[in-house]
Amino acid sequence: MSAFRTSRRGGVAILTFDLPGEPINKISQAVGWELEELLDRLIHDETVTAMVLDSAKPDVFIAGADIEEFTRLATVEEATKLSRDGQLLMQRIAASPKPIVAAIHGACLGGGLELALACQARIVTTHPKTQLGLPEVQLGLIPGAGGSNRLPRRIGLRAALDMILTGKPVDGRKALRLGLADELVPEAILLDVAVAAAERLARGTKPKRGGRGVTGFLLDGTPLGRLVVFRKAREQVEAKSGGHYPAPLRALEVIRTSYDDGMAKGLVAEAEAFGELAMTDVSRRLVEIFFATTALKKDDGVPPGVGIGRPVRRLGVVGSGFMGAGIAGTAVLQAGVQVRLKDADLARVGKGIRSAEKILEARVKRRRMSELEYERQRALVSGTGDWSGFAGTDLVVEAVFEELGVKRQVLEDLEAVVPATTVLATNTSTIPIGEIAAAARHPERVLGMHFFSPVEKMPLLEVIPHEGTAVDPVVTAVQFGRRMGKTVIVVADSPGFWVNRILTPYLNEAGFLLEEGVPIEVIDRAMTDWGFPVGPVTLLDEVGLDVGEKAGMVMHAAFGSRLAPSRVLQVMRADDRLGRKNGRGFHFYKDGRRTGPDDSVYRLLGVRGATGVDEAAIRDRLVFAMLNEAAMAMSEGVVRTPRDGDIGAIFGIGFPPFRGGPLRALDAIGAIEAVEQLERLARVHGARFAPAAVLQEMARTGARWYPDGGRR
Amino acid sequence: MIGGLRTPFAKAGTVYREATAAALARHCTRELLYRAELAGDEVDEVIYGQVVPSPLVPNVAREVSLLPQFPRTIPAYTLNRACASGAQAVANAADQIHAGRADVVLAGGVEVLSDIPILHSRRFAGILQEAAKAKSLGQRVAAFAKVRPRDLKPVAPAIAEPSTGESMGQSAEKMAKENGISRVAQDELALMSHQRAAAGTRDGRLTAEIAPWFGGRDRDQVVTADNLIRADTSLEALAALRPVFDRRYGSVTAGNASPLTDGAATVLMMSEEKAHALGHVPLVAVRSHAVAAVDPGWQLLMGPVYAVPRALQRAGIAWSDLGLVEIHEAFASQVLSNVQAWGSEAWAARLGLAAPVGEVDWSRTNVMGGSIAIGHPFAATGARLVTTLAHEMVRRQVQFGLISICAQGGMGFAMVLENVT
Repeated sequence: MSAFRTSRRGGVAILTFDLPGEPINKISQAVGWELEELLDRLIHDETVTAMVLDSAKPDVFIAGADIEEFTRLATVEEATKLSRDGQLLMQRIAASPKPIVAAIHGACLGGGLELALACQARIVTTHPKTQLGLPEVQLGLIPGAGGSNRLPRRIGLRAALDMILTGKPVDGRKALRLGLADELVPEAILLDVAVAAAERLARGTKPKRGGRGVTGFLLDGTPLGRLVVFRKAREQVEAKSGGHYPAPLRALEVIRTSYDDGMAKGLVAEAEAFGELAMTDVSRRLVEIFFATTALKKDDGVPPGVGIGRPVRRLGVVGSGFMGAGIAGTAVLQAGVQVRLKDADLARVGKGIRSAEKILEARVKRRRMSELEYERQRALVSGTGDWSGFAGTDLVVEAVFEELGVKRQVLEDLEAVVPATTVLATNTSTIPIGEIAAAARHPERVLGMHFFSPVEKMPLLEVIPHEGTAVDPVVTAVQFGRRMGKTVIVVADSPGFWVNRILTPYLNEAGFLLEEGVPIEVIDRAMTDWGFPVGPVTLLDEVGLDVGEKAGMVMHAAFGSRLAPSRVLQVMRADDRLGRKNGRGFHFYKDGRRTGPDDSVYRLLGVRGATGVDEAAIRDRLVFAMLNEAAMAMSEGVVRTPRDGDIGAIFGIGFPPFRGGPLRALDAIGAIEAVEQLERLARVHGARFAPAAVLQEMARTGARWYPDGGRR
Repeated sequence: MIGGLRTPFAKAGTVYREATAAALARHCTRELLYRAELAGDEVDEVIYGQVVPSPLVPNVAREVSLLPQFPRTIPAYTLNRACASGAQAVANAADQIHAGRADVVLAGGVEVLSDIPILHSRRFAGILQEAAKAKSLGQRVAAFAKVRPRDLKPVAPAIAEPSTGESMGQSAEKMAKENGISRVAQDELALMSHQRAAAGTRDGRLTAEIAPWFGGRDRDQVVTADNLIRADTSLEALAALRPVFDRRYGSVTAGNASPLTDGAATVLMMSEEKAHALGHVPLVAVRSHAVAAVDPGWQLLMGPVYAVPRALQRAGIAWSDLGLVEIHEAFASQVLSNVQAWGSEAWAARLGLAAPVGEVDWSRTNVMGGSIAIGHPFAATGARLVTTLAHEMVRRQVQFGLISICAQGGMGFAMVLENVT
């Protein structure tokens, strides 16, 4: 079956990309061959004067290259050749004697944008779904089909670096402003305008493109200016990647070569860099994560074909504190549902509405939402002191105080007002769902939805069925979680679920290190150097020391001495230190901003700053505490697959993505080595490091969490 | 009628200082939707009243029906029957349902006098239009050159009759004098209004009809009751106020007149079949309604004297059949003038009736106070009266209730409700 349909408008041939059997268009080698053949034919067809390339997929022009093909690459040479082949295809397009115009509506990403860049002109639509970008660095790669060379030539150095180094897409309006697009039109007239543009180009009319102004010329157009830009970009990349991600630096080098030595050399450098990057562990891990999250988008948390989700139109939220308001605002923003926010105290309801509105306002401030859309969306949130409006809810999330009795009472009240079809979710991080549901009349529609704070920013959601939860409510919760923009994993109703379970020994260990007098910033730096966005001590401040203490006690009670916490949090709380929320914690805070470690903590803990601490030793204690717990929880079935466990750690804790997650990291270390390390740590620091039974077993059998070595 | 709900009524320039009429109308309608446990797509039409609309939002009803809780396909119109607008909206809703053109209608009214349009003088407006049409800088300069300082004085809409130039207060003053309504009688009515409204607020009958308003920068200043009711006022305090419209011989004061007020109120109306199908319990039905008008140059607020007997006749009942009566209190002098006329033999002859309309029994009239105490956001008042009367009719289990409203332009409006619980 062919991926392109052709039709004619006078002398203009229209090539419509419509990849059979797929919801989106992507460029594979086969697609490339077909396109080359088609172009060859049309170029030799004398009745054709020009061509337009468009897409038949709704809201997608071309989503990118077929990443499946990347995973089959075995050597640097193969990967380099893939890049060269892509470059050659784009060169054929760029060198076409008959003009080709890209008519772009919807996603135009990666290889799709590289293809569009090779065309003689690009017409884009005003629709918000129209997004143009080169996200390759997010997969540990660089644009390898000429994009690293063509984009700077099209839009100038600074703008191109911004797009290539961050991978962030631009919408149609911005594309026009950057000179990436030649015209910006409504979708209804896209093809007409593209055909007209093709005809004009065929007659020899050059497209009009504006200059970049004086500053633009000085920075982008002169060697000295570019030197400044490159140096600045390099500093930023190094600061941001912490040396863990090679792709942005390689992209910088390639672009520099392209400027200094010309496009031919630039393309060679691009293909070489792509080839080498494709074989790095970093890229492999990032590609795996891409596939894992893509797979999770189709995974309802139950075996396929089982269970039917209930479409949510009205969401009830009980408890309008920080968490409830965050859920409300995010649900409106992402899922566009009505939210009924309930709290016993009306002033709190009002504050919750305001917090939800602020989530929407942030979009308006960043010009991602119009004032009119804001007014419409904010009317979706309403507040109440009673249960009015709850009879019409499809899903209710309860986010009240973390206390079993209170949560049970809410459930009882809810069951009196909602129909039997409404799914009831409880947002808790420490209380077993089964215990909350035990008192319910219909426990089968009760489950846990564990959001992370702040809800609008944190990408993970844990959905927790208890033993008696039916299938349909799970599907409803998972599907709605995805509509809220979350990556959703379904986890077992076991204390701490997944994320807090593996976090507990890690945070405990940070406490022990503090007790030993290891300075706050030394502990944190060990982990940020390893690739975490923040260290464990800072994380405690962010989460709240009271919350951390309580969770620690619950986990200790559930799992015994292995998870016994240090006395640090107890001491801190006794000194009224709650972390960021009251501006007193392990750090100083000024106007809501962290300004540095608070030295008085050491006196409070009665320790003297330890000297000569070894960062590697600190790192091993923290990392292995977490990895060991992850292995243990995985073997208990807390998550369904290693994939879910790794994705949960990456999106829930910020586990370094380039390490692929705790279970991937264990595979990389090897079970034998991990067991040896843990035994060593156990000898020095105590039995809490005793290696998990499953790891010992794996060390014996040579088994891995990912038996196929990592391919999907 | 299935239910009704309103925002707290608040003195203009206080709670809703920064709010718009559309925001109030949308707020109480949305809350009514939730309290009535509607999904939203049952609604066939929205009819809303507004007396002083914003030129930016000429059809506030459509802003209500464009609430995201509704499908975007609900037609809506805004009407203006002056102070009877909210009641007229309810009457029109009932008519639509009776005629079989709709099953579910939301009817209400809103006024935000904190946000009235301030206009330019006609001359200045003309100059601005001329300048906008100018084709050259010279023409534009020439247009602006005509501006005189007096042209720049802003023009605020006044509560005055366009046909007579007489303000509403002056009319009320005239009625007090011509009908011999004493200052004391007016103050006593005002006192009763406040005391009864305060009692209705205290025992929750009035607040049950109010959707809390989340005000303030952080939305945590929650308003759950009307802010004009004075539980502690007294005859002495009222007597101490100076007359406003005739300082020497007058009797109408700020204390015995309704104040400038912001607020909105919405009523949910359904056909009987639809209500039963959706599982709702109808409270009252509109049995009849009538409107009348008098010469505005005569006694402006005597319209209800004519409208009430018409509505009673159409309902096929007598004054004595009424278990409860709600008379809109624009001014105490107006209420007492209306009441006097209904009870008078001379007026019966004038109305072509064999006997007077009826004697007002104050134990069954304005039992939770009226507009003097609660406030009077023009177009919202009618919908408030329907809601308050309906709930009280159900509580007291009376069969018939009457609403009487005087309106600008010499108009009067009356409606008979029948208990159907």
